[in-house]
Amino acid sequence: MAVFTTRNTRIAGISACVPEKIISNWDYTWIGMKERQQLVNTIGVETKRAVDKYTSASDLCYVAAEKLVEDLGWIKEEIELLIFISQSKDYTIPHNAAIIQDRMGLPRTCVAFDIGLGCSAYVYGLSVMNNMMSSGHIKKGLLLMGDISSTGSRRDKSAYPLFGDAGTATAIEYADGFEEMTFNLQTDGAGYDAIIIPDGGMRNPTTKSSLEFKQIDKGIIRNNIQIVLNGIDVFNFSLREVAPNILSLLERINKTTEDFDYFVLHQANKLMNNAIRMKLKSPKAKFPLSISKYGNTSSASIPVTIVSELQKEISVNELNLILSGFGVGLSWGSVSLKTDRIKCPEVLIYEDHIKNYNPNRYHYIVKSK
Amino acid sequence: MEIEHFIERIEEEFEDLPGGVLKPTSDFKKVLDWNSINALVMISLIDAEYEVIVNAKDLNNAQSLHDLLELVKKKRTV
Repeated sequence: MAVFTTRNTRIAGISACVPEKIISNWDYTWIGMKERQQLVNTIGVETKRAVDKYTSASDLCYVAAEKLVEDLGWIKEEIELLIFISQSKDYTIPHNAAIIQDRMGLPRTCVAFDIGLGCSAYVYGLSVMNNMMSSGHIKKGLLLMGDISSTGSRRDKSAYPLFGDAGTATAIEYADGFEEMTFNLQTDGAGYDAIIIPDGGMRNPTTKSSLEFKQIDKGIIRNNIQIVLNGIDVFNFSLREVAPNILSLLERINKTTEDFDYFVLHQANKLMNNAIRMKLKSPKAKFPLSISKYGNTSSASIPVTIVSELQKEISVNELNLILSGFGVGLSWGSVSLKTDRIKCPEVLIYEDHIKNYNPNRYHYIVKSK
Repeated sequence: MEIEHFIERIEEEFEDLPGGVLKPTSDFKKVLDWNSINALVMISLIDAEYEVIVNAKDLNNAQSLHDLLELVKKKRTV
């Protein structure tokens, strides 16, 4: 079992950035009113955010990172690690982390690379950051993650109404002797096709037929470069795996659910998160939900939920948290950690902040044409 | 694992459903105006009540609530 502990790092701050455009599922006329009610009440997604055609996940993360670094008073020259996790990269080549390193003006001594993960990204990403920083050679690092999912087929009721766009930044610093974090990470690639974009990679390069829209089922029309979500398979996987993963982590660290203030789960759907909560026999108040406002924001959902739902508390109190991500891969994992009054600005609206940091917002878009 | 209890639980979960409409022989997919969200609600209910996780194939194969509960019983003893 991949349970391991990392030492000597602390989360210094977390920020999240979303586009200003709000899409309400009450206006999702592709389906009838009864299904819209179910989407809002059962799945839990009432509204979500969507970017305009000029904005990418790296743009949202860039704003989140700039604001966080500013609030922390960090000197950019001292940031020597940047990890970017996304499944909606700016380009197939190169990696986003290099673009952000330059755009933020981070030093050329900075280690910068991408990891390709989705719903489990936050927990996996923290584990990599901590391991690279725990020896004390790298003192400050940024973990960025975010996804743009609003580009899926609007005529696919199994995916389109669930996903929202967001970007986040988490600042990690070396802190000798700080409370350790313990991780329990797992994988089952047998379910690789439960969440998949079939064409556009090297296995099935994009052809003319990739772009043809096909009727898959009632209410589901999409092409092969748009996301496929097998909701029932993913639901069953999450019911089966998430609570046991958390419980075995707790057993390993000799703690119970009562030792933790909050369980911040990936926001996949409300029904699923409630079912996981009941398996953990814990009160509703310990399981914050941001899904009604922001939908399933994929890799960003755990930090988005922390910023949206726990912003005040995490800024002024010490908190013991369990974070748990699960989904595409299939990949899942949880971490136990402590926070001690971290920097956590309110959720940032992209259009309000981008002008503060980069007046030439189209710099990278123009450069690519 | 009585069918009456199963029906009661379904009636609690699907609030729009008038009491007494669902019978053990009912084609539940027809009565519940089946869609993928209803499937998730049913899977979650069966897991909470009987600690059994049914999949899409199980739900497709079951015609009546009686069929579904028998399948749950069978899976539980495996």
